[in-house]
Amino acid sequence: MRIAIVDESASRAAVISEGLTAFDDCEIFILTERRGLVARIGEIAPDIVLIDLGNPSRDVLEEYFAVSRALARPIAMFVDESDDTAIAASIEAGVSSYVVDGMAPHRIRPILDLAVRRFNAFARLQSDLAEAQGKLAERESVDRAKRILMDTRRITEPQAYAELRKTAMDQGRRIADIAEAVVTAHKLMGGV
Amino acid sequence: MPTGEMPGELRIGFLPLVDACLPILAREHGFAEAEGLSLSMVRDVSWATVQDRLLYGQTDAAHLVAPLAIAATLGRGRPPVPLAVPFVLGLNGNAITLHPDLARLVCPAGALGDPAAVGAALAEVAAQRAAAGRPLRFGVVHRYSSHNYMLRYWLAACAIRPGHDVENITVPPPFCADALEAGEVDGICVGEPWNSVAVERGAGTIVLATAQIWRRGVEKVLALREPVLDARRGEIEALIRALVATARHFVDPENWDANAAILARSEYLDGSAELIKRAISDRLLLSKGSEPVNYPDFMFQYREAANFPWVSQAEWLYTQMVRWGGERFSTEDAAKAARVFRPDVYRSALLGTGEPLPGASSKVEGSLSAQTSVGTQQGTITLQNNSFFDGRSFDPNDLQGYLASLD
Repeated sequence: MRIAIVDESASRAAVISEGLTAFDDCEIFILTERRGLVARIGEIAPDIVLIDLGNPSRDVLEEYFAVSRALARPIAMFVDESDDTAIAASIEAGVSSYVVDGMAPHRIRPILDLAVRRFNAFARLQSDLAEAQGKLAERESVDRAKRILMDTRRITEPQAYAELRKTAMDQGRRIADIAEAVVTAHKLMGGV
Repeated sequence: MPTGEMPGELRIGFLPLVDACLPILAREHGFAEAEGLSLSMVRDVSWATVQDRLLYGQTDAAHLVAPLAIAATLGRGRPPVPLAVPFVLGLNGNAITLHPDLARLVCPAGALGDPAAVGAALAEVAAQRAAAGRPLRFGVVHRYSSHNYMLRYWLAACAIRPGHDVENITVPPPFCADALEAGEVDGICVGEPWNSVAVERGAGTIVLATAQIWRRGVEKVLALREPVLDARRGEIEALIRALVATARHFVDPENWDANAAILARSEYLDGSAELIKRAISDRLLLSKGSEPVNYPDFMFQYREAANFPWVSQAEWLYTQMVRWGGERFSTEDAAKAARVFRPDVYRSALLGTGEPLPGASSKVEGSLSAQTSVGTQQGTITLQNNSFFDGRSFDPNDLQGYLASLD
């Protein structure tokens, strides 16, 4: 079975592709370039096309598939009408699939399920990474705010932290936000 | 049901285009809130994804190209899902932009062209290019878009056969300027701000507004699944009232700057307020560095009951789907397409308000060349010129006769 993965994110495409190698009868093609996409799809003649919902080329591909209905291997959006929740899960995960006419649903479903799982795993990875980076940045600004308070008010580190925490509680804001405000104010006042 | 669990909360899908303005501004100016609604906007980059989110319940309603609402109902490209259109988000607002070299050959500089004259000149170039083995190529945003139907209507009426004398392809709006620049297309028909973006880049010259092809042509609609409309009828009627209030506010020149600034924000169009204001104010720069040209009613968002979903407009769209989709006319499909537009919902939402309501639900399209008062259920409506550039009119009582007359 020939599977084309259309995704402008090369790293996500790799994550999906790696998962699909578990199926031994699959040949996988990754397309990350927008230019010449339709021509490449034509050359590959895939049985299944997986494309992320955020891909701006979806309307172009659908046009091609609509025209391809006149060809020998018409392709259509895959919808297993017996299972609406599976399609909803796939839309939720952010992946859509197109399949050549006549392909048996039982051959497609495991591939689509795997793509959905991989898409979700990738999204989780991304959000974990963003969260970790955010935490790191927050810790940095808290450290800098503490240093500013210690230097300007000649207080100890625990006192500086207590000040930040108290202000945050009084104002109903996060410590990181208060720290960020201190750093910004300090910069504006000519500090470094 | 994944969406709309809280009463009054509606998620609305959209593409970053100027004519997504009404739901965005209904949210931003508090018109939705005043009707007890809380709107959240879901932005996407392709109509396919806007459609999927709507069909599979990730959004409650969507900003949609009108023909796509009919295509979804009839099951073109996907299994059929009945959609309902209780409100038209606007008329026209698109333009035809050609590569500057081609524009110089077919259109006098400094003004929008005359559709018939530009078409006649274009027919000659198209013949030369086809003979040279490099046929002219035009891009539109979607197979099931008003852009596609307006462009083809114009070309065909100028004796240029789409798909024979010229090629027609799909180009996503954000890539229209790129495609012109790279020579992948010779012309595009797209909504704003993408014509203006091409102009600013020196990649294109605007030669026609689609309002010159059909003076009052239906463009984007508010679409939702029929069962959602039935289940949440009260909220949808509240949304219609909020959108009408927004439309009235939108056309007031006092508000143009503020509205352009809101639409330009990163969560909405993520673009230039200056370019967005050109469309809103009907003042377009046709080519880079030129003076703005005022073309009244380039976009048409409010007057003359512009938001009323005329059944005849849905039927015109269906005739174009048959004409260009290579499919046979079906009385059954025509009836299904007509039922997508829901003037009954529009009426019940606005009955008893100050908004004028037409007395009829269908009209002969393109029959008016001058101001005409029409019968109303409430208020007064004076329709202005709504003609097609070739002088034809569309009688919804004879769809097959109309189709036959186009061959």
